[in-house]
Amino acid sequence: MSIDKSEVEKIAWLTRLAIDKEDIANYCNELTDIVNLMEQMNSVDTTDIAPLAHPINLFSRLRIDKVTETDQRENFQENTVETKDGYYLVPKVID
Amino acid sequence: MYKSTLVQLSTALESKKISSEELIRLYIERCNKHNNSLNCFITITEEEALKKARQADKKRASGDYNLLTGIPIAQKDIFCTSGTKTTCGSKMLDNFIAPYDATLIKKMNNAGLIMLGKTNMDEFAMGSSNETSFYGPVKNPWDESRVPGGSSGGSASAVAARLSPAATGTDTGGSIRQPSSFCGITGLKPTYGRVSRYGMVAFASSLDQGGPMTQTAEDAALIMNIIAGFDEHDSTSTEKPTDNYTEKLNNSIKGLKIGLPKQYFDENLDNNVAEVIENGLKELEKLGAKCVDVELPHTELSIPAYYVVAPAECSSNLSRYDGVRFGHRCKEPKDLSDLYCRSRQEGFGKEVKRRIMTGTYVLSAGYYDAYYIKAQKIRQIISNDFKNVFKNVDIIAGPTTTGVAFKLNEKLNDPISMYLSDLYTVSVNLAGLPAISVPSGFINKLPVGMQLIGNYFQESLLMNVAHQYQKVTDWHQKIPQAYE
Repeated sequence: MSIDKSEVEKIAWLTRLAIDKEDIANYCNELTDIVNLMEQMNSVDTTDIAPLAHPINLFSRLRIDKVTETDQRENFQENTVETKDGYYLVPKVID
Repeated sequence: MYKSTLVQLSTALESKKISSEELIRLYIERCNKHNNSLNCFITITEEEALKKARQADKKRASGDYNLLTGIPIAQKDIFCTSGTKTTCGSKMLDNFIAPYDATLIKKMNNAGLIMLGKTNMDEFAMGSSNETSFYGPVKNPWDESRVPGGSSGGSASAVAARLSPAATGTDTGGSIRQPSSFCGITGLKPTYGRVSRYGMVAFASSLDQGGPMTQTAEDAALIMNIIAGFDEHDSTSTEKPTDNYTEKLNNSIKGLKIGLPKQYFDENLDNNVAEVIENGLKELEKLGAKCVDVELPHTELSIPAYYVVAPAECSSNLSRYDGVRFGHRCKEPKDLSDLYCRSRQEGFGKEVKRRIMTGTYVLSAGYYDAYYIKAQKIRQIISNDFKNVFKNVDIIAGPTTTGVAFKLNEKLNDPISMYLSDLYTVSVNLAGLPAISVPSGFINKLPVGMQLIGNYFQESLLMNVAHQYQKVTDWHQKIPQAYE
């Protein structure tokens, strides 16, 4: 299994990560090596095995529908670059 | 005084041999003196620590105090601390000041422990050498040309050089145990769900677990008494009651049955490390334990399974870093896509990008079943292997790592070789079990750790065995000469 340039570009777009052209060959090689390592898993037949997503048996807890958190908008927005009237500013999306 | 354990510092404060302010000054001085060479702290919180020390002294004088009031601790820079920046070793969070404290931090503050600073780590905890940090690599105090291990390398280095009597770490695939082994300290990875993950920057949420990195198992138990327990803010936190972790430390381990997995002692293991571990096991046998051979037949598959599951979860968790609400934002974005793509390109380092790309690939249409579901099935098999072994033994023992601390840059450009070095640690995370690394000897002046793995929620037993071992050995008391 090998991962080519178009695959690398597709994955980068899916995860919204800009990559430099000169890094693409490197990504192809490294991801190919990693995928080949993953292929080792095929040495075991897992047909009747249930996938394990989580190590401990858990169930979703419910809580009383009551306000427990206070509004901290100003506090939270201290970590961003641009805000206006309490909103986060991003480049214009609609013309 | 700087050689003291938490237990000894508590006694010294109680008997008024030293004040908290004097103690904090002593450690801050050591941190400032040695941090240039070791680079184990990203932030040293000198002023705040001294302020808290003076408050602690007042509390002690008034009689309103806890066992560890006024004692310093170093916090891994993955735990959110309000008022002090939390970088997670990344340029992405270089400017991030959390608006709240992680539950673990809150519990430690309430117990009176005083934070000396935030320790360096692999970026977003992704790495086994602490070389992927945006803030530069951490050095191993036993040999500064070597790595301290990772991802909690700053915490391990700081405790080994006694710049702090104890620290916290997080362990997703060995990030507490492997650096503890490389630096000659004691590190406990609790059962998944035992310690709250609230306010701990997420890497792989079904694997991440915080825990103590200390000089001794006894100190680890003191820390566990503070940080373990249910937290309503963490949906994966367990409601199972906690133990009193110090209560059973002195139990006899006579008759304890220890399983030795054949797969942990095969050709992957360095011969010298094998000898150190065998000597460690002999000590446990002298204390009355019995060793039996067991099988964990799918150990080697834990590496590929882990390096599917962890990057998959990481690619999902790290999608929150979009340059909008917090974290790095690129300059003059053309449009919204450019804002996302460039902020992420500029904010993340090489290894983080590699894992995000890998994770996105295994979760993408057409590959999901072949890799992600396959890895989860392997995870089930590995977990079942452990369950079978624990039907017949009390704990499992073996090496923490395949070899001693490697050289800086030795594996940095060879990700596969770096991943393979996690052979004995990742399966524990896949299964969600507790495990501890205990200093057990040296090879050419480099420490070696023995790993003890317990059944679910058997932290008390692990610390009991480690404590009994530390009563008859002195490996955990060794300090690198340059820091004496």
